[in-house]
Amino acid sequence: MTLEETTMKLNVNGSEHEIDVETEMPLLWALRDELDIRGPKFGCGIAQCGACTVFIDGEPVRSCSVTVGEVSGAVTTIEGLAADGRLHPVQQAWIDEQVAQCGYCQAGQVMTAIALLEAIPDPTDADIDNAMSGNLCRCGTYPRIRAAIKRAASATAGA
Amino acid sequence: MTMATLGKIARRTFLIGTGLVAGGLAVGYYYYRKPYPNPLEDELAEGEATFNPYVKIAPDNTITLIAPRAEMGQGVSTTLAALVAEELDVRLDQVIVEHGPAGHAYANTTMLEEGVPFPHFDESTVAELMRSGMAVAGKFLGLQGTGGSTSIVDGFYKMRQAGAAAREVLKLAAAKRLGAEPGSLWTSDGIVTDPASGTTFTYGELAQEAAALAPPAEIRLREKSEWKILGKPQARIDMRAKVTGAPIFGIDVRLPDMLFATLRMNPYRGGPIASLDDADAMKMRGVLKVVKVETGIANGYAVIADNTWRAFQAADAVKAEWGKGTYPPDSAGIRQALEAALKEGDASYGRDDGNVETAFADAPRERIVEADYGVPYLAHATMEPMNATARLKDGRLDIWAPNQMPTMVRQLAAAAVGIETADCFVHTTYLGGGFGRRGDVDYAIYAAIVASKTEGRPVQVTWTREEDMQQDMYRPAALGRFRARLGNDGLPVAVDMRIAAPSIIGSILPRYFPSISPIGPDKSITDGSANQPYTIANYRVGGIKAPVSIPVGFWRSVGNSFNGFFHEGFMDEIAVAGGLDPLELRRKLMAAYPTAVNVVDKVGAMSRWGEKLPPGTAKGFAFTLSFGTWVAQVVQVADVGGRIRIEKVWCAADPGQVMDPAIFEAQMMSGIVYGLSSAIGEEITFADGAAEQSNFHDYTPMRIHQCPQIEVGILETAHRMGGAGEPGTPPSIPALANAVHALTGKRIRSMPLSKEVEFL
Repeated sequence: MTLEETTMKLNVNGSEHEIDVETEMPLLWALRDELDIRGPKFGCGIAQCGACTVFIDGEPVRSCSVTVGEVSGAVTTIEGLAADGRLHPVQQAWIDEQVAQCGYCQAGQVMTAIALLEAIPDPTDADIDNAMSGNLCRCGTYPRIRAAIKRAASATAGA
Repeated sequence: MTMATLGKIARRTFLIGTGLVAGGLAVGYYYYRKPYPNPLEDELAEGEATFNPYVKIAPDNTITLIAPRAEMGQGVSTTLAALVAEELDVRLDQVIVEHGPAGHAYANTTMLEEGVPFPHFDESTVAELMRSGMAVAGKFLGLQGTGGSTSIVDGFYKMRQAGAAAREVLKLAAAKRLGAEPGSLWTSDGIVTDPASGTTFTYGELAQEAAALAPPAEIRLREKSEWKILGKPQARIDMRAKVTGAPIFGIDVRLPDMLFATLRMNPYRGGPIASLDDADAMKMRGVLKVVKVETGIANGYAVIADNTWRAFQAADAVKAEWGKGTYPPDSAGIRQALEAALKEGDASYGRDDGNVETAFADAPRERIVEADYGVPYLAHATMEPMNATARLKDGRLDIWAPNQMPTMVRQLAAAAVGIETADCFVHTTYLGGGFGRRGDVDYAIYAAIVASKTEGRPVQVTWTREEDMQQDMYRPAALGRFRARLGNDGLPVAVDMRIAAPSIIGSILPRYFPSISPIGPDKSITDGSANQPYTIANYRVGGIKAPVSIPVGFWRSVGNSFNGFFHEGFMDEIAVAGGLDPLELRRKLMAAYPTAVNVVDKVGAMSRWGEKLPPGTAKGFAFTLSFGTWVAQVVQVADVGGRIRIEKVWCAADPGQVMDPAIFEAQMMSGIVYGLSSAIGEEITFADGAAEQSNFHDYTPMRIHQCPQIEVGILETAHRMGGAGEPGTPPSIPALANAVHALTGKRIRSMPLSKEVEFL
């Protein structure tokens, strides 16, 4: 038994959870295997692929590389985006552009794209490349990701 | 009578002989009842009725269609469902689409048909008879698999027939109730309407009665001009789940009382366990057991815990000593083995037109072009690492796995834990990428073995990314040696190609079916070089199996993934040496195949080939016919301060008929990105007996900032249908290499290109 073991509180998608795990457990595995929140996916474990992207206090982070002990703010996963069953505009843009193929990386792509659009509402191609280059996709959906981000940007601008 | 006509007759004879439709006219429903039982009979809900292995309807009009191919991103679940829906007269947004159980009824006969050693364009009687023989064998073996870009070709008749047969019995049931003629009734949106009386029935109301009726012996399938769904872009049925992070993948499976485990297999591939010390691991929180996993595929151990991360941590804490593998321990030694095979190995010739030896014997030195090419091992690196969940309880094994081969999983996982195949049940989840990796079934076998040590508790076995990369069944490394003799017009009069690579089938058979010895040539070694629609008077392509025992497997487009580069890189060299435009060279050499010329012309027009480019930019071209689809691509690159940016790719593809143009376009884009990704930076190397790369920091797929714009043009002139998932990959690699040559003057003949030039 490690000394760090303790009961910790996590606020995820607006709900308070108490979990009894090691402080050094990555947030990803606390979410997936302890809290049964499976939207964030495991891809690499070393913050190279972005499949596990979540928000902590609105900032996108790689949940595989943040330990539970380091989490001080509110966690939002892709499950926490839709309000009253309505998709987030970025998710809708993803559907309109038919982005996903295998889909495994897409929860992370959508989360990173939302963070981009909150920071830069009307991103250029270079902004998109900068923001999204940490999220790998092996199916090659990149061209449609670009199109969906632009669609979401113009939808928001028109709203 | 031409050879092509003979071919059609042979094919038609076979199709009628096995009860399939020829020419879209008729089918007996018998095929759907025999020879295999309908696997849906065993899993119907209360009141639900099944009509054939592809359709279930519940009384509340819940309509379930079975798309029995792995959905790994290629959109197959949508398009297979569309084939059924088109004839069943239901909308795609009113049906549930499921993968369904593992069953011989879902055998993929096309996958085996395309395994014959004849090029796609060869419609000679012998080639067609061989294909039909393989299809019969495929049905006999009942191999349910997703691969070879075959799903839609294989489903094109049988899934539409399934929809039509169900629709006709629903009409019969309504006609009986009404005392009307079935031919007078209409069907649409899951409802049968009697226009005379205005009476309507939902399919659900009629399902029980209808399922007991035999459909008419002959049902006319709809003509293309009558299609409402097929041929038009559809919203993918899996899109909403995928943008909401829904738990649809293998790694998302959760079962009551489930344990979490991970594996560490010997990094010296195939080597034994020398010793294990799990004392430290067993003291760690949440660890239940450390168990040995020893198979004919690999040997190692699993840590079983109550959380995946705890299993990962404890696996690191096990002290293991490993026995060595039987292959050269480093990349230099592996290359020597390949070079020896290339130089001295016995070649089997996939093509030998004219007399190459004579043609070269008197060739003047200045008319000869020679080149050596090479490619490394590659990992698949699916975004979802390998995993499977298994439960062995009361003599029944259940496996939940993202896999491309459910009937093979069933047989081999059952055997691994000593139960009958019939007592194993395979649940195929969505796949977080496949690319051929999940055509292997090692992960499922290991999970079954781990589940045999958990006293009936289900266990999910998730590989780390490091394990996924180091225990991959790689795309084989390959070397090629090429020479051509040019005529006075610059065109080649003789081309001689020798290609050496480890045999994929020679690697797969021993690991799964050790009693079957892999004899004979492996046509995948020359696929993409020996079967291209070029006419050259003296044209020889030989393949040599290189004896390197590192496990290799199917990697998107298989042999075409390296032969596309070899063949089309060398054709570009011939064009340059002969002073011919690369497109003009192809138009001349492929003049006998109008489909090939069509895609060359199309991509030429799309890319404005031949127009003056801004300084510091250049274009490259390549063509590959693979998996029945004719694909020509142009890649444009630019010099950006000494580094290369891939700006744009134009792709013209002709698969004969396209069922969903948006999904087909996505598959071309996907294949192109997968190919370019390998070309700009992927490589598996070996040192001290193990793969050197372990994660995405040192195995570096393409990222969005490196991804070009991609424009896809679709033609539908080929008279046989081709695939979508793989044919985009092979020409992308040489088109880029040829563009880099045009830009820099460097002819790079060894992948990845990033060893000699730098990409943005």
